[in-house]
Amino acid sequence: MALPLSRRRALLAAGAVLFGAGFVPRVGAANGRDPRFLTVILRGALDGLSALPAIGDPAYAAQRGRLSLEGAALLPAGDGLFAFNPRLARLHALYARGEALVVHAVATPYRERSHFDGQDVLESGLARPGGREGWMNRAIQALPPGERLPPPSGPRGLAIAPTAPLIMRGAAPVFSWAPQFTDSADEDTLRRILAVYEARDPALATALRIGAQLDLEAGARPGRARGAPESAARFAEFAAFAAQRLARPDGPRLAVLSVEGWDTHALQGPLDGRLGSLLGLLDEGIGALAEGLRPVWAETAVLLVTEFGRTVRVNGTDGTDHGTGTVAILLGGAVRGGRVVADWPGLADAQLHEGRDLRPTTDLRAVIKGVLSEQFGLSPAALAEGVFPGSAAVRPLAGLIRA
Amino acid sequence: MPPDDTHLAAHRYGFGPLGARGPLGREELLAELARPGAARLPDPLPDAATALRRFAEARAAINQALAEAVAARREAEAAGQPAPARTAPPPPSAVALLLLPEIEARFARLLSGEADFTERLVLFWANHFAVSAAPGGALLALVGPFEREAIRPHVTGRFRDMLQAAAAHPAMLAYLTNTRSIGPNSPAGRRTGAGLNENLAREILELHTLGVDGGYTQADVRALAEALTGWTIGGPNSAAPGRFLFNAPAHEPGPRTVLGRLYPEGGEAQGRAILEDLARHPATARHIARKLAAHFVADDPPPALVDRLAATFQETEGDLAALARALLLSPEAWAPERRKLRSPLEFLIAAVRTSRAAPSPQRLAGMLANLGQPPFRPSSPKGFPDRSEEWLAPDAIKTRADFALELAAGFTGDPRALAREALGAALTDETATAIRRAETPRQGLAILLMAPEFQRR
Repeated sequence: MALPLSRRRALLAAGAVLFGAGFVPRVGAANGRDPRFLTVILRGALDGLSALPAIGDPAYAAQRGRLSLEGAALLPAGDGLFAFNPRLARLHALYARGEALVVHAVATPYRERSHFDGQDVLESGLARPGGREGWMNRAIQALPPGERLPPPSGPRGLAIAPTAPLIMRGAAPVFSWAPQFTDSADEDTLRRILAVYEARDPALATALRIGAQLDLEAGARPGRARGAPESAARFAEFAAFAAQRLARPDGPRLAVLSVEGWDTHALQGPLDGRLGSLLGLLDEGIGALAEGLRPVWAETAVLLVTEFGRTVRVNGTDGTDHGTGTVAILLGGAVRGGRVVADWPGLADAQLHEGRDLRPTTDLRAVIKGVLSEQFGLSPAALAEGVFPGSAAVRPLAGLIRA
Repeated sequence: MPPDDTHLAAHRYGFGPLGARGPLGREELLAELARPGAARLPDPLPDAATALRRFAEARAAINQALAEAVAARREAEAAGQPAPARTAPPPPSAVALLLLPEIEARFARLLSGEADFTERLVLFWANHFAVSAAPGGALLALVGPFEREAIRPHVTGRFRDMLQAAAAHPAMLAYLTNTRSIGPNSPAGRRTGAGLNENLAREILELHTLGVDGGYTQADVRALAEALTGWTIGGPNSAAPGRFLFNAPAHEPGPRTVLGRLYPEGGEAQGRAILEDLARHPATARHIARKLAAHFVADDPPPALVDRLAATFQETEGDLAALARALLLSPEAWAPERRKLRSPLEFLIAAVRTSRAAPSPQRLAGMLANLGQPPFRPSSPKGFPDRSEEWLAPDAIKTRADFALELAAGFTGDPRALAREALGAALTDETATAIRRAETPRQGLAILLMAPEFQRR
């Protein structure tokens, strides 16, 4: 339903102190839903067994050794096999309300152990590194056209990063936004620059107008910001910003955020050490997402993924090395949650991948396809040929999203 | 070329005038091409092999410190005491030790104004044969030497020499993982079951020589990949530690056909011969000509210009000084309309010069990263984008404004004078008026740096 003209103008006036906000086409799903989808990329290979320990597996304690969470105040997952790391309290609360689920023993088809190539495969959606575009961008391209409101209209995709990461690269236009390490330019100066642009350079004028608006809404303030957009310490802040943008009727519908730092080769500390702190910061961000997306929570799905997992056994520096199977987390009001989805392979030596890693039993693409199919109504054919080329054999995991 | 447009020369083919020195005109740019050694960096920086060795040493030192920290923590735990605080400062990272000096040297050179056109050409060619430190590891040590060893010496030399140097440089071999490419039928392949990968071959054909429409097939990619097996980096105990090494036992034996020509078996010489022919191919001439014209003049360059440059490339067999000269002597190269948006690096260097600011190299590198052009870290073998619209992201332009104000901080001079000095006749009435009406000199300078005629060249 298009907004009546007067209401659009009112939104413009109210929301845009100085600069006009861009309207975007709604993703008009046939059933009248207007779904939101956010991907959080956990860069560095998250140790799934520290986030969701398989505490009920008979081999768990012996295999994990110093990293075992047995005896810690774990939060129940309700099935006796898994539990939640106590640092993930907000995630657990969502889980208990049926608004989060975890897929365990999952991995992309990538079987080597390079972060760079692993993330490449994670983001491109292909079976091997070398992709030039990402699956989120291809998903945007595959979306049914929504209603187009008059220009300036904006892209459906938003990346919280200085430039669009691979997952969002492709033919569909995408906004990228990142906080800066500098005082934000004052409105008066921006206004004067914009006046010159409007007289001489329309392309620069449009760019500056939208860029300044994005910063305004992010609450860009004077004073140096600490930490890059991918630092865990600022995840809650950027999650709040992304959520706020996604919740807007005229904002993007798909967004991506990254959090780095998960590469815990040494002194992993899954409870109160380094990984414990990171999980705590992740959990805060999850809280910020739930808060910011509240107006559209019933239609929201957030997917947290990582490029691969880590070794089951601890290494010589109290950490873990690169592995294979790990977790993927799905949360949001649209999610049919309250369960751990896993075809659990076991943690005994004979059950490990290459004798060292959690063996993956689900292809991550099946999870993503399942979400995209049920959130956005993308057909299996569109998913198999368009969004994830070459993946016809990977069937979408059904039932992740509420009807 | 219009007689007074030395400003255009300085901006389009350099980084703008250097302070009060005044802009260099076309004649000075042409003279630069003839200057021997104009592309050499004066700084004493390590070659690739030395850099690799220092990288290994740095990594060993970090691991040692980590092992000591773990041992100390375990001891403390066993004794029921809290973990001891770190006493010694941590050993320097590879980035601090190896990459930062390269970044500093490059900034110093760019800001010096000693060879502006040459440096623009270095940036162009380094981006054409893009390698990146983004994957981390040994690439942090190799990307700086790559530019100095494989690109700079040939910027006014011959394309085929640059191609051979770049394709065989340890940085390229590591970045495009050719070190792991093993001929399936080679002795090493038969023994280990390892196979080849097509990364290097594909990028040589698609990005470095013929171009994506250059008429090669998947079979050509495969054949070139086979020819390049064995092209690797010598290990510490090899005959060429840290340098190019042809590892014969990994080379896929046999003759092969690329673009319809048969290359007999011949070890390293086979791949070299294929590269020679690729350098000479007419599609390469067209591909390079178009890229060069698109980088300097306009995103969609005038066909006449591209044709002329391609012809020059072919006729001179890839003489890159002749090519650059042909560009400077083309009438299309002096179209007065400034259309190309400056890349973040071009913008920042020009802005630092004009504002007389003195940001630290680390700060400049951070600004570049925020603007999407982190030094030595393009996100793919395609290098940094070149089309204006790819740099025109809303957030990036707003960030340029933030940085313009930061660079202008503390400025108390007359921004109108700076505007005339920086832009000459290109200064528009709107910009001049906006500068005149600025509330403070700082604001006036920021408006100058953000003016369309400063942002575009």
